[in-house]
Amino acid sequence: MPKKSDTTRKLEDVGIEIDGDVDSAEEDKKSKGKGGKKAAGGKRGKASEDGEDEDEDDKPPKGRRAANKKKPAPVDEEDSDDDIPQRRSAGNRRRGNVRERGDGDKKKSGKKGRRGGKKNEKGKGKDSDKDSDKDEKKKKNSSGDESDSDEEDESMSEGEMAKLMEEVEEKKKLIANIRNKPWRMRRRLKVLKEAQQFVDKFEGALGKGKGRKLYAYKVMMMKKWIKFKRDFENFRTACIPWERKIKEVESHFGSSVASYFIFLRWMYGMNLVLFSLTFGLVVIPEVLMGLPYGSIPRKTVPREDQDTAMDYSVLTDFNGYCKYSVLFYGYYNNQRTIGFLKFRLPLSYLMVGIGTFGYSLMVVIRTMAKNADVGGGDGEDNEFTFAWKMFTSWDYLIGNAETADNKYASITTSFKESIVDEQENQKDENIHLRRFLRVLANFLITCTLGGSGYLIYFVVKRSQEFQNMDNLSWYEKNELEIIMSLLGLVGPMLFETIAELEEYHPRIALKWQLGRIFALFLGNLYTFLLALFDEVNAKLEEEESIKNASIWFLKEYYANYTANNPNDTGTPPPINPADAIRGPCWETTVGVEFVKLTISDIQVTYLTILIGDFLRAFIVRFLNYCWCWDLEAGWPSYGEFDISGNVLGLVFNQGMIWMGAFYAPGLVGINVLRLLSSMYYQCWAVMACNVPHERVFKASKSNNFYMGLLLLILFLSLLPVVYTIMSLPPSFDCGPFSGKERMFDVVMETIDLDLPAFMGTLFGYVANPGLVISAVLLMVLAIYYLNSVSEAYKNSNNELKKKMQMARDEEKNRRNNKDSTNQVMKDLEDLLPNRPPTPPSPRENIAEKNQGQGGKSAKVKPGTAGGVHLQKDVSLASANPNARGPVTRAPGPRGPGPLPGQPGAGRGQGPPPRRQ
Amino acid sequence: MGNKQTIFTDEQLDAYQDCTFFTRKEILRLHGRYHELAPHLVPMDYTNDPDVKVPLALIVNMPELKENPFRNRIVESFSEDGQGNLSFNDFVDMFSVLSEMAPRELKAIYAFKIYDFNVDNYICKEDLEKTLNKLTKEELTPEEVNLVCEKAIEEADLDGDNKLSFADFENMISRAPDFLSTFHIRI
Repeated sequence: MPKKSDTTRKLEDVGIEIDGDVDSAEEDKKSKGKGGKKAAGGKRGKASEDGEDEDEDDKPPKGRRAANKKKPAPVDEEDSDDDIPQRRSAGNRRRGNVRERGDGDKKKSGKKGRRGGKKNEKGKGKDSDKDSDKDEKKKKNSSGDESDSDEEDESMSEGEMAKLMEEVEEKKKLIANIRNKPWRMRRRLKVLKEAQQFVDKFEGALGKGKGRKLYAYKVMMMKKWIKFKRDFENFRTACIPWERKIKEVESHFGSSVASYFIFLRWMYGMNLVLFSLTFGLVVIPEVLMGLPYGSIPRKTVPREDQDTAMDYSVLTDFNGYCKYSVLFYGYYNNQRTIGFLKFRLPLSYLMVGIGTFGYSLMVVIRTMAKNADVGGGDGEDNEFTFAWKMFTSWDYLIGNAETADNKYASITTSFKESIVDEQENQKDENIHLRRFLRVLANFLITCTLGGSGYLIYFVVKRSQEFQNMDNLSWYEKNELEIIMSLLGLVGPMLFETIAELEEYHPRIALKWQLGRIFALFLGNLYTFLLALFDEVNAKLEEEESIKNASIWFLKEYYANYTANNPNDTGTPPPINPADAIRGPCWETTVGVEFVKLTISDIQVTYLTILIGDFLRAFIVRFLNYCWCWDLEAGWPSYGEFDISGNVLGLVFNQGMIWMGAFYAPGLVGINVLRLLSSMYYQCWAVMACNVPHERVFKASKSNNFYMGLLLLILFLSLLPVVYTIMSLPPSFDCGPFSGKERMFDVVMETIDLDLPAFMGTLFGYVANPGLVISAVLLMVLAIYYLNSVSEAYKNSNNELKKKMQMARDEEKNRRNNKDSTNQVMKDLEDLLPNRPPTPPSPRENIAEKNQGQGGKSAKVKPGTAGGVHLQKDVSLASANPNARGPVTRAPGPRGPGPLPGQPGAGRGQGPPPRRQ
Repeated sequence: MGNKQTIFTDEQLDAYQDCTFFTRKEILRLHGRYHELAPHLVPMDYTNDPDVKVPLALIVNMPELKENPFRNRIVESFSEDGQGNLSFNDFVDMFSVLSEMAPRELKAIYAFKIYDFNVDNYICKEDLEKTLNKLTKEELTPEEVNLVCEKAIEEADLDGDNKLSFADFENMISRAPDFLSTFHIRI
């Protein structure tokens, strides 16, 4: 078989006529060349006649080959109808035709199967037999004609028997694959009928074939499997919440805004896991099995607060009953086990605290890795951006008007995004000026950041001085907060203004903006933490004294009791838990602080949306009727969705949660509620009150920048918590770790008391510095190794990409240049007699091919015939999209086939006639 | 459809099953749908292959096609006369090609025909513009349309003739990740 280039093969699928022709012609050739001598003489004459006729569709077929060629012709165009009767008239030759075409078809399907193997499981299953069939085919083809003429004979030799069997097999395969052929249904039915008749006729003689049943079964199973996969996929996507909401936002505001919501959804998922951890392992066991409210001092509101403990203002400050509830650290008792399940609450509390961080770290890093895997960030490096958008973006499944409208909007948006990217690529201007401006902008921003950093430092210092002073003014008391919020307000706007100097692509600009505001907000975080640590330290000192005082108080109480009732030897009645002296419990204070912060953050965010977006949109929309200028077009207009602000708000909020969750387990629950409500609220707000960005831009494929910020915040919030767990002494009278030196002592205790002794020694060995250091060393080495490996992969990846690009360019160039390089060929062509005027832009390969053909025919009949053929071919070929096909095939293999006396055979390979 | 056998003979059903990606049931359902389109035109009895065609206007109103911006082209591509009149064979053919089971190669051929608005076997710039305008409901400015079409041709055109032949198209579509998932209609 001639080797065919990829394109050719592809072409065969479209230009069905072509490959029908080519294949059968080739087979014919072979058969003639090798075996079919007896038929050769007679047929040759006919063939040459047919060759001349074949271009005209309306001539009835004269020879077998002509009929053969004819038949595929109707494939895809209209006149198949009038062709069919002709075929019928072919009479007794018909069966042979069918069979031969069957060969051609089969071969094609074989190819298809092999090619489609990857995509098409069906193909896979058959690969092996097809390959073997291919080998056999050569033999069979060689004697195809003979068996054809003899097939009526009842006495069949073994070889013939085998041949027949193969043919039957082929027919079966044709039947199996007929649905894959791009033919009109009418033709398919016809061919199918013929094939079935053939099979029916000969199958009896050759034994039953089970292939079909098996195939049918296979197909059925595959259908079932596909259906199952589809259902499962549907189920899985149905499990992802808010998909439609986000899609809707995306279709109107572009992927950049949608990326925020996707990030929000991701956060919600993560927080849901944290929530179930915390509530499942800490809060609910405590509620169910722990001591009830009022049983011990830490679970009771102190006597002096009890009057106001239910006041609304107290509760909203998370004091009163709120403070002495399961939401906060202080409420938990230090009993080793609670309930009949012997649930080790303190251990569980610590484990959940650490597990929260462990899980978050794992999830963030895993998501980052996965995202990095998906797409190389911003680079739009696939070659067919626009073409794919154009041809594959419409989902043919859409049958709902609203969905369709959304789809139109989303396609338009995505085109606009790509156009922005494209324009950005095409922009070329003064690069030096640009660089200068960018450096300048960065310099300005660094100055701003440094200045604000110093300002914060200065204000914090001052506030520490103020703490020791009396009679402060209102401003001096609140200086820190005022400065911080002013910075938070002015900073981002300033950055945005400066960023305009840089003229980055909006996507990159967003990243810069995010990074800068992040740096600014870090100052915020720093002051907050600093203030908190001051407070904690003060509380710790206070606690020391209270601890002594409470011990003294207890002693005093007992002494008084025995002094007052000298006769009573029994134990004194226990002190009412509300009256007990208690420490300040710094953990709960920190927890309350974080909860308050989170709540106020929620309030501010929601109010900002309500006022900044909703009210503004409302005013713009309705006051526009009675205003002196156009509010919608001019100032203030509608707001745009503030991606950077929202993302950072989310990230910092999550940082608060991570830091606070240890001291206030209820915080995680509050956060879940917040994310949930904010999803709906913001979705509504963005759809109702915002307008799309001026330049809708595509979000980078991976949300890794957001994730990176999150990771950083996670790390920053990890530090103080781990520091308190490891090195600050817990309060003596509240929380699950009270009475211990350090919080992690609870782990030691468990190891000592609950695990067998050898485990303790084992842990002792593991904690041995020698082992730890070597383990760390090993890890560092592993990291280094993996890092260099990934670097190497990245390099080779880039190299491959470059190569692919080069290959593509080369191919393009080659094709583009053909016109010019093959000028010689054209000139040669022009020299031929009766050369018609060159078609406007003849495809070079056609020219080449024609050249070959012209040569061939010239060899046979130098002069008119060749010229005429050539003319026909050229005119037909130029109109034929598939004309390029046959040419990509190397001319080599064609060579030996056509005998000089068989111009028809040679022509059979040419592009077949094709109607427009 | 009380008695199934009155619509098709067993042989016909088997033949349709062999020629399409549908099961017996689905073919009967398709016939039901086809019949619904034009109850007065389409007979319930198909055993003797009546030559009936349903005009384009009725077919594009099927809910599966109604919202599709390319509905006319789809129907035209599958109609044997090119005018959009579909016989039952064409009708089955259409949904078979658009079904989930159809291989990528087959779908690509028909996709090419669908997007080739002027039926010259090339997707030229004019076709692309039409496609784009249908996709975006003409919301892009002419410059943008121009840019997009030029880019699309530049990306996919391998032989430099400023239009996409089937080879170009197939080459492009064979690598498109979404093609198979979007180019199908469930019926």
